[in-house]
Amino acid sequence: MDFEFTEEQNKFRQEVREFLEDEIKQGTFQSACDAWIQGYSPEFTRKVSQKGWIGLTWPVEYGGQGRGHIDRLILTEEMLRYGAPAACHWFADRQIGGAVLRYGTEEQKQWILPKIIAGEAYVGLGLSEPEAGSDLASLRTRATESGDEYIIDGQKMWTSCGMFMNFIYVVARTDPDAPQHRGISEFVFETDRPGVTITPTIDITGSTAWAEVFFDGVRIPSTCLIGEKNRGFYQVVNQLDYERAGMERLMGNYPLFDAILKFTKETKRNGKPIAEDPLIRQKLAQLQIEFEVGRLLTYKVVMVMEEGHAPNVEAAKAKAYSTAFERRLASVTMDILGQYGQLWAESKYAPITGMGPHSYLASTGYSLQAGTSEVLRNVIAARGLGLPNN
Amino acid sequence: MDFNYTEEQDMLRTMARDFLTDKCPKTLVKELEEDEKGYSPELWKEMVELGWTGLIIPEAYAGSEMTFLDLAVLIEEIGRAAMPGPYFSTVVLGGIPIMGYGTEEQKQEYLPKIAGGEAIFTFAITEESGGYDADSINATAKENGDSYTVSGTKMFVPDANVANYILYAARTGNDITVFIVDAKSDGITINPLKTMAGDKLSEVIFENVSVPKENILGETGKGYEIVRKTVEYAAVAKCCTIIGAMQQSLDLTVDYAKERVQYDHPIGSFQSIQHYCANMAIDVDGTRFSTYEAAWKLNEGFPATREVAIAKAWASEAFERVSTLAHQIHGAIGCTIDHDLHYYTRTGKAAALSFGSPDYYREVVASEMGL
Repeated sequence: MDFEFTEEQNKFRQEVREFLEDEIKQGTFQSACDAWIQGYSPEFTRKVSQKGWIGLTWPVEYGGQGRGHIDRLILTEEMLRYGAPAACHWFADRQIGGAVLRYGTEEQKQWILPKIIAGEAYVGLGLSEPEAGSDLASLRTRATESGDEYIIDGQKMWTSCGMFMNFIYVVARTDPDAPQHRGISEFVFETDRPGVTITPTIDITGSTAWAEVFFDGVRIPSTCLIGEKNRGFYQVVNQLDYERAGMERLMGNYPLFDAILKFTKETKRNGKPIAEDPLIRQKLAQLQIEFEVGRLLTYKVVMVMEEGHAPNVEAAKAKAYSTAFERRLASVTMDILGQYGQLWAESKYAPITGMGPHSYLASTGYSLQAGTSEVLRNVIAARGLGLPNN
Repeated sequence: MDFNYTEEQDMLRTMARDFLTDKCPKTLVKELEEDEKGYSPELWKEMVELGWTGLIIPEAYAGSEMTFLDLAVLIEEIGRAAMPGPYFSTVVLGGIPIMGYGTEEQKQEYLPKIAGGEAIFTFAITEESGGYDADSINATAKENGDSYTVSGTKMFVPDANVANYILYAARTGNDITVFIVDAKSDGITINPLKTMAGDKLSEVIFENVSVPKENILGETGKGYEIVRKTVEYAAVAKCCTIIGAMQQSLDLTVDYAKERVQYDHPIGSFQSIQHYCANMAIDVDGTRFSTYEAAWKLNEGFPATREVAIAKAWASEAFERVSTLAHQIHGAIGCTIDHDLHYYTRTGKAAALSFGSPDYYREVVASEMGL
């Protein structure tokens, strides 16, 4: 056992921190909660690309850096700590590039990977549908083969990166007569094709980071099919492990944590800093304890990946646990702020730049995205503990 | 960064599990709980032969010089077997402070005795308050020629009833000094307490006990550092006991959920039961990783106050959650002595209560956070 990063890894972390602090100084971004999924900044993504930090773990022959998963862990941990606006490249970097590397043809790799690495391909995730949430296999979007094309018809919901994307990853039904799981395929294509309509979904915080995407006879070349036709469901299950595996499930609202700690040290109530109140100290210490446990559960996921395995049960454990922590962080923060907690950023007297209401409301969704906590517990029980199906 | 046990640690675990399954069945555990001594000299002898008492003692003092992480694995397994006895007291409360702070003469005198299983040790720290901060220590030691006269009442001293030596923390003036005391000295009264888990904890009363100056551990007046550091090791060791109890509670529960049939299905196929089990598995992992992070820091000689506090606060409360769900899933049979679960409900909780409560450690974490 070893709970230490190597000297090189520590140096890399320092390099990432310096870059991010410099970008904040230059005014490229302001630290914000959920910026990994809601922060749209082509400029920032371009700069991250110039550092060689998109596709960090991908093979050098496709323009990647061939680095380890622990390096990527460090990179994402710092991006999240600083609340950096990484949504343009996050999804392609996290899972779509990996899916193409694993299942794509040589031509597909040459086509899309350099665009992702250059910070030019913003890939949205077209998985959920109005009638297919946790039960993804019941999806209805159709991809009908026609000569050397597929024609896509249907609707996606909760498409991450939906309002920024220029490419979309779509899972669609290619064999309506086959059993549900065996008639699904994966595609990646450009969103400027005729027949694609994108409508923002306004979420509980007022954000429009997610979208509904409608496909009305959208023609795409057969070369957009990733992997084997009708094997898409099995491919996507593997991809979901990576989707739910990262530090963003623990640190999505980390800027809130930093802010509330600073606030309690600097703000006085009844003549004493809030941080001296024994009850507040207990609450904040408990958050810190829970955060550290989440950090270790998530590091474990990365180490499984580093050993060359898909992090199935480990990712389920880390995400189910960590999103509940994020919710508590938001809730405890609001309780400490009291009446002031409800003030939006633009309001007079709003503390901690109004992060409270945003994060409190946004945190209702953390345990739903990328596998609900219930689905994850099913995974832990069935695959981790070998409990029987009913 | 690597959370895996080494091959040697896996081997140690397998060996310990096989040995304890064979030599420490629940019939023996039950017997020892009711036994006045609280341990089996025959089993102790076999543990000595396996090298367990000398596991982390340097080779120069007749030990096998393995690491604290190796010891952590062994204590997990002892927790899993719910094995009673003075192993923790002797090795962690006796061996570790003597290794860390003893003079060469003291090491030569005491460490081979620990490694050879010839002496049982314990450490008398807390008093009426049950706490482990310096304020909890009010026993006194007055200089008297070549010796000190020590008086005071200590509480919850593990295995004092069978100890050959008692490490004893007392005030020398304003500061604290630790003494190595022969348990047969005049003026010592040991009153065993009746405990929930059958742990042999005692009230230890010193009335004008004369202790030679050469029996001071470390330096006069510098004893709190010894107490503080030993409590860090002890708290992590208790986390390992908790891991053992939690893991076994989970394993028993999963086995039971697979076998117990209601409404024509194993109850483990019901989603509510599956989710309870998943929650338990997450808590076991969280406890294991945070405990081993603290153990690793201690083993490397790094400051570990923050990590120890996180581990012990977490483990104590995670145990409570796991134990509650284990009982819920077992149903009424888990509340009887006919099923093994009760051993872990009692030993895990006893470990959670010792060497610092979650509230105490949360305050430590708050200080470490600069609040």
